Amino acid sequence: MADNYDVIIIGGGPGGYVAAIRAAQLGMKTAVVEREHLGGICLNWGCIPTKALLRSAEVYHYATHAKDYGLTLNGTMSVDVADVVKRSRGVSAQLNGGVAFLLKKNKVDVIWGEASIPKAGEVKVGKPSKPPVEPAHPTPKGVLGEGVYTAKHIIVATGARPRALPGIEPDKKLIWTYFEAMVPKTMPKSVIVMGSGAIGIEFASFYKTMGADVTVVEVMPQILPVEDAEIAAFARKRFEKQGMKILTGAKVTKVEKGADSVTATIQDEKGATQTLTADRLISAVGVVANVEGIGLEALGVKLDRGIVAADGYGRTNVPGIYAVGDVAGPPMLAHKAEHEGVICVEAIKGLHAHPMDKLKIPGCTYCHPQIASVGLTEAKAKEAGYELKVGRFPFAGNGKAIALGEPDGLVKTIFDAKTGKLLGAHMVGAEVTELIQGYVVAMNLETTEEDLMHTVFPHPTLSETMHESVLDAYGRVVHA
Amino acid sequence: MPVNVLMPALSPTMEKGNLAKWLKKEGDTIKSGDVIAEIETDKATMEVEAVDEGVLAKIVVPAGTNDVAVNELIAVIASEGEDAKTVGSGASAPKAAAPTAAPAPAAAGAPAAPVTPATAPAAATTPAAAPAKSAASGERVFASPLAKRIAKDAGLDLSGIGGSGPHGRIVEKDVRAAMAGGTAKPAAAPVAAPAPAAAPTAAAPALAAGMSEDAVRKLFEPGSYEEIPHDSMRKVIARRLTESKQTVPHFYLSVDCDLDALMKLREQINAAAPVKDGKPGYKVSVNDFVIKALALALMRVPDANVSWTESAMLRHKHADVGVAVSIPGGLITPVVRKAETKTLSVISNEMKDYAARAKGRKLKPEEYQGGSTAVSNLGMFGIKDFAAVINPPHATILAVGAGEQRPVVKNGALAIATVMTVTLSTDHRAVDGTLGAELIQAFKQLIENPMGLLV
Repeated sequence: MADNYDVIIIGGGPGGYVAAIRAAQLGMKTAVVEREHLGGICLNWGCIPTKALLRSAEVYHYATHAKDYGLTLNGTMSVDVADVVKRSRGVSAQLNGGVAFLLKKNKVDVIWGEASIPKAGEVKVGKPSKPPVEPAHPTPKGVLGEGVYTAKHIIVATGARPRALPGIEPDKKLIWTYFEAMVPKTMPKSVIVMGSGAIGIEFASFYKTMGADVTVVEVMPQILPVEDAEIAAFARKRFEKQGMKILTGAKVTKVEKGADSVTATIQDEKGATQTLTADRLISAVGVVANVEGIGLEALGVKLDRGIVAADGYGRTNVPGIYAVGDVAGPPMLAHKAEHEGVICVEAIKGLHAHPMDKLKIPGCTYCHPQIASVGLTEAKAKEAGYELKVGRFPFAGNGKAIALGEPDGLVKTIFDAKTGKLLGAHMVGAEVTELIQGYVVAMNLETTEEDLMHTVFPHPTLSETMHESVLDAYGRVVHA
Repeated sequence: MPVNVLMPALSPTMEKGNLAKWLKKEGDTIKSGDVIAEIETDKATMEVEAVDEGVLAKIVVPAGTNDVAVNELIAVIASEGEDAKTVGSGASAPKAAAPTAAPAPAAAGAPAAPVTPATAPAAATTPAAAPAKSAASGERVFASPLAKRIAKDAGLDLSGIGGSGPHGRIVEKDVRAAMAGGTAKPAAAPVAAPAPAAAPTAAAPALAAGMSEDAVRKLFEPGSYEEIPHDSMRKVIARRLTESKQTVPHFYLSVDCDLDALMKLREQINAAAPVKDGKPGYKVSVNDFVIKALALALMRVPDANVSWTESAMLRHKHADVGVAVSIPGGLITPVVRKAETKTLSVISNEMKDYAARAKGRKLKPEEYQGGSTAVSNLGMFGIKDFAAVINPPHATILAVGAGEQRPVVKNGALAIATVMTVTLSTDHRAVDGTLGAELIQAFKQLIENPMGLLV
């Protein structure tokens, strides 16, 4: 008989491995099943390696704009694609090894292979149904092998994968997903990015900065459709100023592949079409949850529009089966998965876990300028029937932003006029992804505008824009 | 390993208590089962027994401290072989062991049961609302700024609202739930399950808050009054009765009862009491008849023997009759359980015991909690008629006036009879008008034909 565990977690991504560590901290005997790479998409093919790529792009940007800062670079500045990718993979590898270390340190067993649940309480681990994405990191040492394992609680944390549109299926060569876009062998001269969510915009920003011609095609009327319209419009202007072409209310209806290029037919809202040829097309039209091949249907686990239906504690309708992270639905973000994993495990342990308030999950996009937000957009807040007080503050009024040479940015705060509740905060500009948590903490502690006004923000920092935006909502702005 | 002694929960609803007295000093040797302290709760004084052996290393909460929250560290016991001095200075040791309270061990600080996967998720894990500190007593109320503002705008007192946030902090959701429920729920009640998505505007009118402390003080000249701080009984009486009047729709039914037959029977019964050591074995009072008659009336009208809950009516199988007993500084309502099965002499002796122990505040929580009705008798003060406040979870309470000689009309002629007026207060959510009338009619029939109470 195989080992018995308190908890087996299927999937070693941010939802899975964090849940495993928390379970081990709480004294539960825990195992993680992983078929490909510890750390999941986030560490290996998502959040982290893209941040490494974007950092290269940023350094390149500053180097090519050295003159703006009074510096002269002698010699030529060029992009070595292979080295940029190598650095990105190195960052990923380091963190991938880090996860293995953390699991080992916390005495969490790692079972290598692909898992299914033949019945509640049992996990069958077999050979992966598909080969790992190359280049793969080495399999960690000391992992357990295929077999049947038992556990009182099974947490499904299998994540998600790129969505493919019919007729425009990614082929790894000319039509890319984030997998291929992250490890280009040569720098394409032109790229069409289909979809302008966080993934699409980040790749558009990366390739644009690295010198490619970039066209973004978005079916919705605004780019970054989940963001506040004003912030998205602000960002769009900056992207277009950088030379990015952006088509909104437009969709790719057909893609013809050439020898080393693609020609896309793009239709606008009125039905007018145009064709556009580029070296590569990046398909970034969202992700779909990995619910297949686990045996969920046979167990009677309820699915809801392609995701596992789970409550605020990750519990599915089948006792002993839980789901956290992307597989349990949007927003499909690593930090949401991590938090859900912890809540799920704490609830299993019988602690008084609090279900997550999805309105308080921040979202970050690492393009240039960066975008970050939490809570309701202005439109959504109005829709919800609130009477609003809205504050705005531009980076141009902030000393630190000007000193940094980053005067392009905007901080927008939205309050309930009746109670002073902070309903939402939306930011675009340098380093806003590092600033947003100030508002997230404020929202979680249910501060009102008064507490934010009484908070001292250090000078000179970009964070002062956050203070000023709150002041502006109540007609007390100082530097604008 | 040193053992932390925590403030025990002497009843499931206890939130805090007063540390009345330490019976052991620092440095005293303690054996398991020793009574180490006395805790004064809402209405009773209870003894705290030590579970572990050792030396009382440190008293953390001194005697006479009021409103000590359940599970707060009150003392540290050093185990055998440990230096009491070093243990005492180190105050909080990792291992916590709640001492069992002598009378109600089961209730003591039982850890929350593990959350089992359930298909109905909402109810299962809604954390029990933690006690919110009372604002009136000057202690800090832990609430988010937003919760404070919304409560202030709605005129709600935060001290009556249970907090579901981290460490029992009151958050927006709790205030909205209290507003939607039309009541600031007492802190001990679990947060009502899924509150209807509280639309910001849809909240029911909140309860009116009374005059503020300052507003009352301002009306009197300083020095013209003496200030007597509330004890926990006073606070509980104030809270529970205000809650009752604000949440229970009362209505009242009065009837006159002819006591002539009862007075004669009572004389015979008491004359028949066996004498032991020169004292009669029982002396049945009119009130004992009232208790028994009310219990039997409830058996005859079982639909009135109920408790109201939001989702269902609890129809009781026995008549547990609470009897209001006046004691110095307040009152308490011990419950005569299964009163319909007990003889008058048993009820009488039980009440004598209750009354004696109530005066010493020695009643156990299980002796004064629950019940489906109550009797409040002010006849001994010559009160003719009054209406009493229902004590939830009761659905009724019978207010009993004095039995006195009154002119009555019998068969078309004026006559003199011993008459007692009783008024039934009724929770209209649970007992409607005709049902209440049936109950009081059954009571009248029994009390006027008291032989029926003997069979």
